[in-house]
Amino acid sequence: MESNLNWREFVITRAIKASGYSAILFVALIFYFLLKEAVPTLTEVPLGDLLAVRWYPIEDYFGLLPLLTGSLVVTLGATLIAVPFGIGTAVFIAEIAPRWMREILKPLVELLGGLPSVVLGFLGILVLAPWLRNLLDLPTGLTALAGSLLLGGIAVPTVVSVAEDALDAVPRAYREGAWAIGATRWQTIWRVTLPAAKSGVLTAIMLGVGRAIGETMTVMMVTGNAPVLATRLGSIFSPVRTMTATIAAEMGEVANGSVHYHVLFFIGITLFLISLVVNVTASSVVFKAKKRSERVLS
Amino acid sequence: MKRTFSLNRHLVQRLGFGLITLIALGTVIPIVMVVIYIAVEGGPAISWEFITGFPREGMRQGGILPAIIGTFYLTLGTAVFSVPLGVAAAIYLSEYAQDNWLTRLIRIAIINLAGIPSVVYGLFGLGLFVLFLRFGTSILSASLTLSIMTLPVIISTAEESLRSVPQAFRTVSISLGATRWQTIRRIVLPEALPGIITGVILGLERAAGETAPILFTGAAFFLPRLPGSPFDATMALPYHLFVISTQVPEMPFQIQYGTALVLIAFVLGMNLVATVIRSRARARRQW
Repeated sequence: MESNLNWREFVITRAIKASGYSAILFVALIFYFLLKEAVPTLTEVPLGDLLAVRWYPIEDYFGLLPLLTGSLVVTLGATLIAVPFGIGTAVFIAEIAPRWMREILKPLVELLGGLPSVVLGFLGILVLAPWLRNLLDLPTGLTALAGSLLLGGIAVPTVVSVAEDALDAVPRAYREGAWAIGATRWQTIWRVTLPAAKSGVLTAIMLGVGRAIGETMTVMMVTGNAPVLATRLGSIFSPVRTMTATIAAEMGEVANGSVHYHVLFFIGITLFLISLVVNVTASSVVFKAKKRSERVLS
Repeated sequence: MKRTFSLNRHLVQRLGFGLITLIALGTVIPIVMVVIYIAVEGGPAISWEFITGFPREGMRQGGILPAIIGTFYLTLGTAVFSVPLGVAAAIYLSEYAQDNWLTRLIRIAIINLAGIPSVVYGLFGLGLFVLFLRFGTSILSASLTLSIMTLPVIISTAEESLRSVPQAFRTVSISLGATRWQTIRRIVLPEALPGIITGVILGLERAAGETAPILFTGAAFFLPRLPGSPFDATMALPYHLFVISTQVPEMPFQIQYGTALVLIAFVLGMNLVATVIRSRARARRQW
């Protein structure tokens, strides 16, 4: 009985430990399988061709610049929307709203986070794009702007939840101190609470941007899918094609092992590395801030 | 002088609060409008035949049963892999892991898994499960892909829930002679269960609504029958909505809205269940 128990304990402990390590294994596996299919690109397509401005895979034009600028324009637009709305809503929920309103607002914002991106893309096609076309008198509503608007909406819940946590973590004594020396609640928010939560708010923005770069279905459905180099500010009103949308739209039609197939994996590993950098930076900002506050308190 | 200054800053506060309130409303109102709009437009499409019938006439008529069943299978398949693994990983992080470089590496890995774009998961699933392991375009490949994508959500919510169980519970149990696993199994897990279930549902909700990871790993454009084994491809609600809103010309709007409504009902239903479990558990908590 006793030894039986020890044996069970041993096996279970091992299984739990293995599961704990599995996250590292998965990241390594993802990296390996992307790399394996992406590396041939470097021998099959000259680097100069990858950095060209023409993406037309059927005739072996694999210029990635239009896709990069497409992702950039859409993400930039989304950030311009997600930051004010995300931070503003987080401040409202954490600092201004009465308790009962918080209890309603938080699940509602989470609900937006839970809406499948394909549903937003669907509404983008049927409602947002025609509306934009009429409003701005464009040849088509399926533009970078439509993508930015919806992507901004998709990034908002991420920004709100992380920023709200950061604001919540600011000790109440900070606010009480500010009030005690006569600051208004508004001054306290701007001069004390937000600066104290700065690193968390920064993390929120970065994670929101990361979310926007990686979003696929919505942008594929509403940005018009034209791999045209975005060079001017006005590009926001024309169709573009992002990196994610290119993979999703073309992967189903390429032959395994072809040049086109390898280039799509090359785009994939580029996205993987971007998200790696964004997330490691975002989390190290939090770690550093934590260390600093520990130092201050000790 | 002083008087006007204080009036001014109160005016600024009023304007500021007004602005922030408007922004918050600007975030929340569109969310509510989207849900109501889809419910109103899609409501008339919902009928017994729509829910339980097969698509007919090039999907322009009939029902969406294969897509509903497919999403159900994919969600179930995702749960089979991601729940045991995710909860065990959470137990490791909360109960066993020490604060060292390895644990930090695990945390960074989890943060990364959470940030990887969904379409990149699709590429990975294609490379590993579909081609390398030869599972083909199947429910199995798609479920495995979705599982790995879902893991970070399950791990982080389950860990948070386990950590919120007071340390004294563990100390008492160990001091009574229980082993570490007995303590976890009998004391910690039951206390943390509502939080874990909430995390699991939120993770699966995300998996159920995803399209990009299943595009090349398991989704089928159209199938005349239901999938018979885990090695069959399947239709799925999100992919079906994508197909009928972009790939099929002259698709009746009502069927599109109806499909969108069924999808968000599926996803938001799960969200609602998770929210209810969480708030009930909070209300009942005695420590």
